[in-house]
Amino acid sequence: MSQDLRYSALKKTPFHSRTSLASRTNKYYNWNGYTVPTEYSTTELEYTAARNGTSVMDLTPMGKYEITGVHAHQFVDYLVTRDLSEMKDNTVAYIIWCNEDGKVIDDGTIFKFSSTKFMLCCAVKIYNWLNDSAFGFDVTITDVTDTIAALAIQGPTSCSTLKKFGAIDLETLKPFEMREYKIDGLDILISRTGFTGDLGYELWTDPKNAETTWDNIEIAGKELKLRPFGMHALEMTRIEAGFIQTNTDFMAAEDSLRPTRMRSPYEIGMGWLVHLNKNSYFVGKKALKKEKEENTTERCLVGLDIDGDKPAHGSVIYNSKKEDIGIVTAALWSPIMKKNIALASLKRPYGIKIKENIFAEIYHPEELEYRKIWARCKVVKRQFFNPERRNKVPADLYE
Amino acid sequence: MPKNTHDVIVVGAGHNGLTAASYMAKAGLDVVVLEKNDWIGGAAVSRELYPGWKYSNCSYVCSLLRPEIMRDLELYKYGLQIIPYEGSATMMKNGDYYTHYHDHDMTINSIRRHSHKDAEAYERYSRDVLRQCKIIKPLLKMTPPDLTSFKPKDLFGALEFAKHFAAKDELGGLGEKEIYDTIRFYTMSIRDYLEEYFESEITKAHLAGSAIIGTALGPCSPGSAYVLLHHYMGEVDGSVGSWGYARGGMGSITEAMMGCLKDHGGEVKPSSEVTNVITKNGKAIGVATQNGDEYYAKKIVSNLDVRRTFLKITEEKDLPDDFVRSVKNFKIRGSSGKLNIALDGLPDFPCIPEGDPGGGGDMHFTETIEEMEGAYDDWKRGEWSRNPYVDMCIPSKSDPTMAEPGKHYMSVFIQYVPFNLANGGWNEERKQEFGRHIVDCIAEFSPNFKDLINHYEVRTPLELENEVGLTEGNIFQGELTMDQLMFNRPVPGYAQYRTPLKNMYICSSSTHPGGGVMGAPGANAAREVLLDMNVPQKGNYY
Repeated sequence: MSQDLRYSALKKTPFHSRTSLASRTNKYYNWNGYTVPTEYSTTELEYTAARNGTSVMDLTPMGKYEITGVHAHQFVDYLVTRDLSEMKDNTVAYIIWCNEDGKVIDDGTIFKFSSTKFMLCCAVKIYNWLNDSAFGFDVTITDVTDTIAALAIQGPTSCSTLKKFGAIDLETLKPFEMREYKIDGLDILISRTGFTGDLGYELWTDPKNAETTWDNIEIAGKELKLRPFGMHALEMTRIEAGFIQTNTDFMAAEDSLRPTRMRSPYEIGMGWLVHLNKNSYFVGKKALKKEKEENTTERCLVGLDIDGDKPAHGSVIYNSKKEDIGIVTAALWSPIMKKNIALASLKRPYGIKIKENIFAEIYHPEELEYRKIWARCKVVKRQFFNPERRNKVPADLYE
Repeated sequence: MPKNTHDVIVVGAGHNGLTAASYMAKAGLDVVVLEKNDWIGGAAVSRELYPGWKYSNCSYVCSLLRPEIMRDLELYKYGLQIIPYEGSATMMKNGDYYTHYHDHDMTINSIRRHSHKDAEAYERYSRDVLRQCKIIKPLLKMTPPDLTSFKPKDLFGALEFAKHFAAKDELGGLGEKEIYDTIRFYTMSIRDYLEEYFESEITKAHLAGSAIIGTALGPCSPGSAYVLLHHYMGEVDGSVGSWGYARGGMGSITEAMMGCLKDHGGEVKPSSEVTNVITKNGKAIGVATQNGDEYYAKKIVSNLDVRRTFLKITEEKDLPDDFVRSVKNFKIRGSSGKLNIALDGLPDFPCIPEGDPGGGGDMHFTETIEEMEGAYDDWKRGEWSRNPYVDMCIPSKSDPTMAEPGKHYMSVFIQYVPFNLANGGWNEERKQEFGRHIVDCIAEFSPNFKDLINHYEVRTPLELENEVGLTEGNIFQGELTMDQLMFNRPVPGYAQYRTPLKNMYICSSSTHPGGGVMGAPGANAAREVLLDMNVPQKGNYY
């Protein structure tokens, strides 16, 4: 029987011919309507590449929206909580944005090409949100998810790999800067950004350049411990870096079925991105100001350092009186730090004023029996792993 | 003591009657179910009208049947299996098509072909409709409280009802803000509702279908948005809004219920049409049947619609005037027809690529809401829609038991078809003319369709009334509009399955929570009967 599913089946990214060839396990998952690998060989080795050599990940499915027009800069500044009025051309900023109730819709990165052209990258679908919010601004929103191929090139040797690939003087690029390159006749944009909390870059190009780019990077990284990197390994690195994941560590306001699950930036550790003293209005400002003034924030998202070596997946967190005070949203035994870490959403004052005498109830499966572990936790900085090389300029080179 | 005495008599062996009977038999009562036809099942039947093909003659897909009921009555043990289907499609005159799939992201990719905005709006739309499902789900198995009563049961019931609408999440509700959405949702037209999300005509037309199936409302009529919810609040194994086929046709649902009933000592008597309820001193004490038999019981439970129950088998003198007036005013208008077709092979629908799971479930060809409203306009004039909305599916694509391998059974539900046909009403000739019209409409999208037809059964609202016993052929046993829902269903003051006639109860789809092969009215009514008889009950449903 013919299986022409026309346009409905999950899409393949422009790198699919290469990622599928690199996959030894044929393990895929559905990311934003695309088929991409969860794991190429073994997650541990892929994770190690990101902390030891160079890891390459197909980022194409990430939501990408281009914002153009004479009001583009004002619009972006109005959309997000961070003060972007002074943002320079060819830089990138980490941002969050809220609804009018001051609840977080998503986090992401914004790329500024000029005051009339921006690109927003994020997890949730926000084409309609952008269009609705753009009422009154002279801007055009274009969904470029399908029309820009993207790779994450992360790890200690990533700068060397990309230099060998043809990115001249890349080591001088500062964190959150971007630069346009012409490499072997192909237009390629490189930004010093990433989701692993390490030295790393992201690469953006036309889909027709995708396969050549992948091949050339593979060749360039051959002696630099390069490995393709799946979603599971990325999850490990992002927890170590303390990065939050929408709909995992908090529910996106627009996706929450239950309104009480929506979170303000202060409740997910993103208060530092809210600039209430920003001159102009931004979506959610009124509600956030009120929350701050009346001190009504109910929860917090913190890092936990947990006793023992069993990851606290989904654990309920208790105080010393065995009262339920929160839940673990992400957990990991960190191979690089040899620490049992987790991100947890706690009810204040736990996590803010009370950082000791809290416990995680861990159910550890042991050959069809569960061992219940009552593990002591310490509230720590969410950014567990933050090596010097991450922000070093010039970047480390291996030559 | 007269012969033929039982604890409970249930009138009508449809799915609600059998559900109520099974619950009561399980609780230890001696139950007899009297059915007018020589087969059982009411509107959930599988009949072989043409050798080798099984038809789901009336209802044809399953989603609303409450999982708690399936579990309590162990319907699996008695042969019930639900097969979820993969998708649905609307075919377009330009050769294109619009599809929904079981997989959310595939649906988004498919909608994006028609409108980028709609693809993303679909996420918001699904969330909002799911919120409404979340509110309504716990209400389905509750007896609606009487808002005018001060009995503790009603006061607590009213509070319980209200909390699902207004209370904070911790109490099971959604929150203050969302109550506005609920009130709007229950009163809006589906067109207005969908226009708040979508821009493309085909997206709106495809989604609006669920809001007009079985109702005498058009897509622009206020209240039609609720009908959509009524079709959306079901589930297949926790997947809310999914639909499936009952393996072996819809009759396997009622067959399984009968299996449960018999296992618990209950009895079903076919060819026993109840002609009147026997009363004594203002109390119901039994029933008389067409063949001259009389049955007596402590409780009589009617699974007929409210109009038939009180205007046909009960005498007016036994009922209060205002009640009779309310029953006469109960809106129960026929608006649907059906074709059951035995096919020699799988018809080609060139709009849908071969193998596309979109063709595995319901298929339609109405491209705009305006077309749909036009179809409704014809109905208002007493004519069948010249350009009808159809909900057609080929269960034999998924179910190997409906026809021999390679042969297929096709079910075509048609909206709108009047009960009172203009210019002289229905007769055999006009019924066949209607059938031919629908076949012609389908053939426009399937070049080999007509050549494959072996036999087809045409069902107009008149057949549904005469054969199944649905007044005017209304499939929900009464319109699903706010004035006839919850504490107003079937009529204000009598929403708790009890009636003005002592010992007489009603368990049909005319009661809360309404129509569809749901079983909830039957299970709710059984609970009230058992409460009144002080019989202890247990099960997942309670």
